[in-house]
Amino acid sequence: MAKLNRRHFIAAAGAAAAAMPLLGGKALAQEKVKVGFIFLGPIGDYGWTWAHNKGREAVDAALGDKVETIYVENVAEDASAIPVIRDLAQQGCKLIFTTSYGYMDQTIEVAKEFPDVKFEHCTGFKRADNVATYNSKFHEGRAVLGTIAGKMSKTGVLGYLGSYKVPEVVLGVNAFTLAAQKQNPAATVKLVMIDSWFDPPKEAAATETLINLGCDIVTTHTDSPAALQILEQKGLYGFGQGADMSSFAPNAHLTAIEDIWGPYYIERAQAIVDGTWASADTWDGFKEGTVVISPYNKAVPADVVALADAVQAGYKDGTYDIFTGPIYDQEGTLRVKEGEIMPLADLAVIDWFVKGVESAA
Amino acid sequence: MSMDFIIAAIITVVGISTPILLAGLGELVVEKSGVLNLGVEGMMLLGAIGGFGGSVMASMYGLGPLAPWIGVLTGALAGMLGALLFGFFALTLNSNQVATGLALTIFGTGLSSLIGVSFVGRIIPQFGSIFPPELARDPILKLFFGYSPIVYFALVMVFAVGWFLRSTRAGLILRAVGENDLSAHSIGYSVVRVRYAAVAFGGAMAGIGGAYFSMVITPMWAERMTAGRGWIALALVVFAGWRAGRLLAGAYFFGVLMALELYAKAAGFSILPSQFWAAMPYLMTVVVLTLISMRDRVGLNAPACLGKPFLPAT
Repeated sequence: MAKLNRRHFIAAAGAAAAAMPLLGGKALAQEKVKVGFIFLGPIGDYGWTWAHNKGREAVDAALGDKVETIYVENVAEDASAIPVIRDLAQQGCKLIFTTSYGYMDQTIEVAKEFPDVKFEHCTGFKRADNVATYNSKFHEGRAVLGTIAGKMSKTGVLGYLGSYKVPEVVLGVNAFTLAAQKQNPAATVKLVMIDSWFDPPKEAAATETLINLGCDIVTTHTDSPAALQILEQKGLYGFGQGADMSSFAPNAHLTAIEDIWGPYYIERAQAIVDGTWASADTWDGFKEGTVVISPYNKAVPADVVALADAVQAGYKDGTYDIFTGPIYDQEGTLRVKEGEIMPLADLAVIDWFVKGVESAA
Repeated sequence: MSMDFIIAAIITVVGISTPILLAGLGELVVEKSGVLNLGVEGMMLLGAIGGFGGSVMASMYGLGPLAPWIGVLTGALAGMLGALLFGFFALTLNSNQVATGLALTIFGTGLSSLIGVSFVGRIIPQFGSIFPPELARDPILKLFFGYSPIVYFALVMVFAVGWFLRSTRAGLILRAVGENDLSAHSIGYSVVRVRYAAVAFGGAMAGIGGAYFSMVITPMWAERMTAGRGWIALALVVFAGWRAGRLLAGAYFFGVLMALELYAKAAGFSILPSQFWAAMPYLMTVVVLTLISMRDRVGLNAPACLGKPFLPAT
């Protein structure tokens, strides 16, 4: 499939090049700063990529007179991403956002070839002088979902539809599980990784599987609303991922974690215009407005809403952190001592699941 | 393990298997006529948006209960139109079939995304059961009566296609065209016309397979929602040795395999490392390409003219 993407891309690039002379002197007189985006899925996925594209549109709206944005969608997380990122740099982009974990090494590699171009890699941990990383504390949102699920589940068995075992997903699973156990100490989470971020038929099949194994609430860490639709058909509950997906499942959709990238993208693009850009590691959450919880479904009782709001408020004023010890891993080993809080550096590279998660890996 | 549990698992398998079975059956007939159409994925996506769009339109015009049926029809038509476009280049203009098929996949992916923009987030009416509700909702009998009509259609088509190819005159002509186009031409059959018919049928079946995604499994439109199932359907045709019965077994085997993986993971263990599952499509491709190239052994049943343009001496 990578070939197809590249072909799309080359065609688009060719068309852009052909159109250049028509723009004439005006475009050259006041040259706009080009900002490129590499997207994992289609911008119409109504989830992860959709949210990043909203962020890109926010840049266009805010800095449209100084900045021009370009994007390439459906870029695979393998070696084929390298030429696509390189092409964006060769097209003159001064700032390139690579918006998925799987572009980490490819971003670092291309960044070495273009020391004057700045790169921003989403959810990764490898940086360089011209490579910054940024992330959203999705796990803060997952703690809210876990609180709701732990309180509302009748079976105490929750489902988690995952994609890959990467730190972002592991954090999400752990935050969700720990928060659910605060409401129901006996709660367990069944985890299925589908080895893809976007595969609606497989997401649907995996959701059916989790339901059949006794889960009455399933949360998703994959990008389509497929799981919610299955839950809607069965009269069960779930959550949206990346965007408010309530239109796909008006009854099943309890709430969603929305990713709001716009403010960060605008800030970084502005820094390029001003010449003040510097490599950094940014990890924003509820407090900065990067993580937002959608309106609650009316099926969520008032006492549960109060609990969920308290988690959000706690994150905003710094009094709540779901990764506060004691935390045990799947084998029952104490990983975080009573009263200690896991440092962000440890969270960023976490690769173990907490007690109560039933999973294959 | 309770009965309910097993029944629910089987229903999941049927859901996974049906669309690749439909698309595979269509491609089987196409390949039997000597044409290799690699555009299955594109035609499925056209079918998915065609079916979804058709249902939305039909329900807008107040055709509520009929809307899903109209959707299946428009899905089939959309797939068929894509196939006929392929036919025009590959059969009328004798272009390279492999390249044209790949182009159809790119085209279908792009066009479906473009049309789909206006259908994101829409809701469509669902198929009612074709059996009495007592049977369709019974906790045990739903194993046989609880599916969408498309599932039964797919099963009927397995026998119809098998019977057509094996026992009818038209099926014999189609196979003759696929085995030796020049001989079929010399005794007076129109090779191009037969192939057009086969390609159109393949497109319609892929279209219905695609519509099954957007109308039955997850009633919604999302770009690229078939997520590569068209390629699996293509591989299945080779694995099945161009036989309809084996294709049925192959499609359900694939469904069982994926369900097993999901159940194993959810139960807390893994049959194979997840990296293996991620590598699966690539491994499958290598195996299939190897099988195709070993024409003497496995390829015995492969149509002799598969993928070759028809160039009669004039």
